[in-house]
Amino acid sequence: MRKSWQAAEVSAVRPETARSRTIRLRFPDAVTGIAGQHVDLRLTAGDGYQAVRSYSVAGWIPPDELEVTIEELKDGEVSPFLVNDLAPGDELEVRGPVGGWFTWTPDQEGPLQLIAGGSGVVPLMAMLRAHSGAGSAVPARLLYSVRGPEQVFYGSELAVIGQENPHVTVDFAYSREAPDGQPVGRLTREAVMRACFPPEDLPSVYVCGSTGFVEAVASWLVDAGHEAGRIRTERYGG
Amino acid sequence: MAAPTRGFTGRPRNPDANLPPGQYATDGFPVLSAGPTPHVPLPDWTFEIDTGSATHQWTWEQLQALPQENITADIHCVTRWSKLGTAWRGVSLDTLFEEVESEAEYAMVHSYGDYTTNLPLEDLLDGKAWLVHEFEGEALPSAHGGPVRLLVPHLYFWKSAKWVSGIRMMDQDLPGFWEVNGYHIYGDPWREERYS
Repeated sequence: MRKSWQAAEVSAVRPETARSRTIRLRFPDAVTGIAGQHVDLRLTAGDGYQAVRSYSVAGWIPPDELEVTIEELKDGEVSPFLVNDLAPGDELEVRGPVGGWFTWTPDQEGPLQLIAGGSGVVPLMAMLRAHSGAGSAVPARLLYSVRGPEQVFYGSELAVIGQENPHVTVDFAYSREAPDGQPVGRLTREAVMRACFPPEDLPSVYVCGSTGFVEAVASWLVDAGHEAGRIRTERYGG
Repeated sequence: MAAPTRGFTGRPRNPDANLPPGQYATDGFPVLSAGPTPHVPLPDWTFEIDTGSATHQWTWEQLQALPQENITADIHCVTRWSKLGTAWRGVSLDTLFEEVESEAEYAMVHSYGDYTTNLPLEDLLDGKAWLVHEFEGEALPSAHGGPVRLLVPHLYFWKSAKWVSGIRMMDQDLPGFWEVNGYHIYGDPWREERYS
């Protein structure tokens, strides 16, 4: 990883939902990383004041670009600026990518089980993209718990991956509002078990979401017989 | 100094807040952990200090029988949030180490759930570290490391291991879990020692 700060240019932005957007950053040199890692972004105000936040990388676009997806936090200092004001051509300072635990590489053995709550899907999307990008035949499943269809990140890309990649299954669980004919309600233990590889398949499990989401899902998985050491967790806001 | 980011002003500055560089204050208490939360029943809980030549062990009741201290401290997470003035209750590591004889200068802290983190012994002594079991007057919730976690507030908060089970003394400073996964071997927030 790069420990020093380097300037990156915003090369594109696109909305994901009404309150979130994906920002593509272009670096002066080639940039690589491992799916699941994050970068630090540093912003500098006119008086020299600086704010730094960490964001999961959503994907790499070789040779010299990466993307992050940012959701606007109410009363946030940095995220409203990144979601509403930052524009192509602007520069940010970036450090990283960083992180060596909540990561997945295509040479990792066993099925890949991804469980996302809300914007926790971002690092898991990086893993799914790494899986597809490598042409991996490892079976992969994503369970994406989200309030409603309007809050889904990467919707069209997930639809394509789910339909066209025979090794990938994508399931949605809608908590507040669902498309016609689909169930709606709080995520349950049973719904998680239905959308997951069983413990005997020895999947590598990645859970990312709010603390309450991660606590509930991880404890259900352990109760169901998944080895705690195979379950990696990350919580946003943490 | 870096060039300004076009259009970014940030929040009104609060010069009174005593924050390490790159940190922001939060009223919440976010959780950072690597895997599922272990649940340790109190009758099964023990804490052990292993010097290599001797082992010292405490049960939950024995820990409760030791002198208890109230600690108020600012805590700083490497993911950039700080929480000011947090209140804890527990036992100073000085109390536990009173009966421990060891020449070793480093410690590997172990947790239920196999998490580890390394510290120099001097960072655990002289009123700098505690085993805590209460947060803000309540029993410490398991998501925050209960029944008992380490509290070492002068270092980044990943050093304050949750679900703590023991300390193994070491002659050399070997890296623990986050330390082999890209984080700093020591982790002083005031020197911004985030990454290795």
